[in-house]
Amino acid sequence: MTAVSRADFLRRFRRDRLAMFGLAVLILFALMAILAPVLVDDDALSAVASLDNPTWASPSGDFLLGTDHLGRSVAAQFVYGSRVSLFVGLMATIFTIAIGSIVGVVAGFAGKWVDAALMRLTDWFLVIPFLPLAIVLAAVLGRGIWNIIFVISITSWPSTARLVRAQVLTVKERLYVDRARALGASQLHVVRRHVLPNVAPLILASATLAVPISILTETTLAFLGLGDPTQASWGKTLEEAFQAGAISRGAWWYYLPAGLGIVAVVLAFTLFGRALEEILDPRLRER
Amino acid sequence: MRLRFVIGKVLGALSTLVFVVVVNFFLFRVVNDDPVESMFRGRNLSAEQKDRLRQQFNLDGSKLQQFWAYIRELLQGNLGISLQSRRPVTTEIGEALWPTIALVGTATTLSMVIGVAIGIRAGWRRRSAFDVGSTTFSMFTYSVPDFWLAMLALGLFSVQLGIFPTGGLQDAGTTATGLPLLLDQLHHMALPCLVLAIAYVGEYAIVMRSSMLDTVREDYLQLARAKGLRDVEVRRRHAVPNAVLPVVSLSALNFGFVLSGSIAVESIFSWPGLGQATLEAIRGPDFPMLQGLFLLFSAAVILANLAVDLLYGYLDPRVGGR
Repeated sequence: MTAVSRADFLRRFRRDRLAMFGLAVLILFALMAILAPVLVDDDALSAVASLDNPTWASPSGDFLLGTDHLGRSVAAQFVYGSRVSLFVGLMATIFTIAIGSIVGVVAGFAGKWVDAALMRLTDWFLVIPFLPLAIVLAAVLGRGIWNIIFVISITSWPSTARLVRAQVLTVKERLYVDRARALGASQLHVVRRHVLPNVAPLILASATLAVPISILTETTLAFLGLGDPTQASWGKTLEEAFQAGAISRGAWWYYLPAGLGIVAVVLAFTLFGRALEEILDPRLRER
Repeated sequence: MRLRFVIGKVLGALSTLVFVVVVNFFLFRVVNDDPVESMFRGRNLSAEQKDRLRQQFNLDGSKLQQFWAYIRELLQGNLGISLQSRRPVTTEIGEALWPTIALVGTATTLSMVIGVAIGIRAGWRRRSAFDVGSTTFSMFTYSVPDFWLAMLALGLFSVQLGIFPTGGLQDAGTTATGLPLLLDQLHHMALPCLVLAIAYVGEYAIVMRSSMLDTVREDYLQLARAKGLRDVEVRRRHAVPNAVLPVVSLSALNFGFVLSGSIAVESIFSWPGLGQATLEAIRGPDFPMLQGLFLLFSAAVILANLAVDLLYGYLDPRVGGR
């Protein structure tokens, strides 16, 4: 797995047109999220500041994506919404991967009853349906962006933990680890010097594939009314569009952009992650 | 199957169920320390009234006492009283159960059958036009949030074209019975069912495809061909039965996803099932109802997993033993 050199990696990656396309889309959305305050005046998000605007206006020169039931610009909501989706997606993934990696490394390395106990816990979390658990947690904890991040990470770490543990178990049996031990290396040294570098590529690939799942979960929770009420997000836009009756009014401009944004970002991360996984895991390359 | 294998799986499922019950109690009584306080936030209740409510919901005494009271009630099939309707949670859930079973059952079957069929064809002829097309389609459906797909379908087919009803279990105020009523209900179920099926068909297709790709290289297929079997026969009699195994284990996992997906989709089509009940409970928030629903969803997925594990052990002697 580590046999892939950096040059080789870049060459393979550049050849994968779908992955490059995914990367380009991601850069575009990242720029939009970062530059949101420059692109759009955040007054456009406030219902009070939009009092003079026409409500339910279809797309025109004044409002590129029309306005919603309160006269707010849908385009402005779209631009600002990307921030929450990307932020939650990335933060939740970082925590997911952190929890999963710690559990995986500890279980794989400690072995015996620690391994058995941690894997039992992992199995429990794997079987409990993810969304109902997230809903219950979010309902109990209350609405807020950090609560959403916590809920997503605490419900999605098990698959990473399993993956990392399996990898640790194979690395652990390698000769160079035995050699390091024979030379008197401490557990911590072995983990840091030999195990982590070998597990890292796999963690990276699994992280890229965890982002789209986190984003989809955030959107769903926001749609169910469990998102942060103070911040514009794509899921919240869709919820408001639905509640305000955009569908029966035929106001497609209200609910189409946010959904397309989600699809684009999720698809881009998936394409990117699959390419990464394929390059790093030779077994998948022939597919 | 070996008895040990079966007992091991059953015990594993039971331990998960116990874990869910503990989590359920912990979340609603420990994280949310005083449910009465948060349930009636903003209402003027005297201390006496609050005490009476706490007693009514088994919220008095130490946490351990509360836990045993909760277990006792649970074993008697009592899940508490819904805060919104003031009726037992079990009654509320019982009414919402059948619409969801019909919807999720049909959607799961549809997506599995279609997904497997797509996967078989795509994996058998790798890089064919069909393979490239179906894989792109699968990736796309995987990325689409199911509730947004539901909104699009509702907007296009029900509102714009008027082919399907906009929601509900049946026409409002219908007096039909028997077959006409059933047809009316099927007409109402068609769109949400289709949305769920499309949202989850991609995963089956992807898993079946990669399993076919693994199988295509096996020696026994070469042997089957060498015997002079036609391509279709090799595929049907030797490749598919072996390649379909991973799909069996995926189906339990996916059952949980489809069940979850039905939460948002049902509320969009006002389908009076567990999903809509969940959304109403969130809006409350109706904690006893949420607690009961979470328990039911988890138990359903745990049972589905157990069933699939046992089925797998039966189908694959290497796992279950003979």
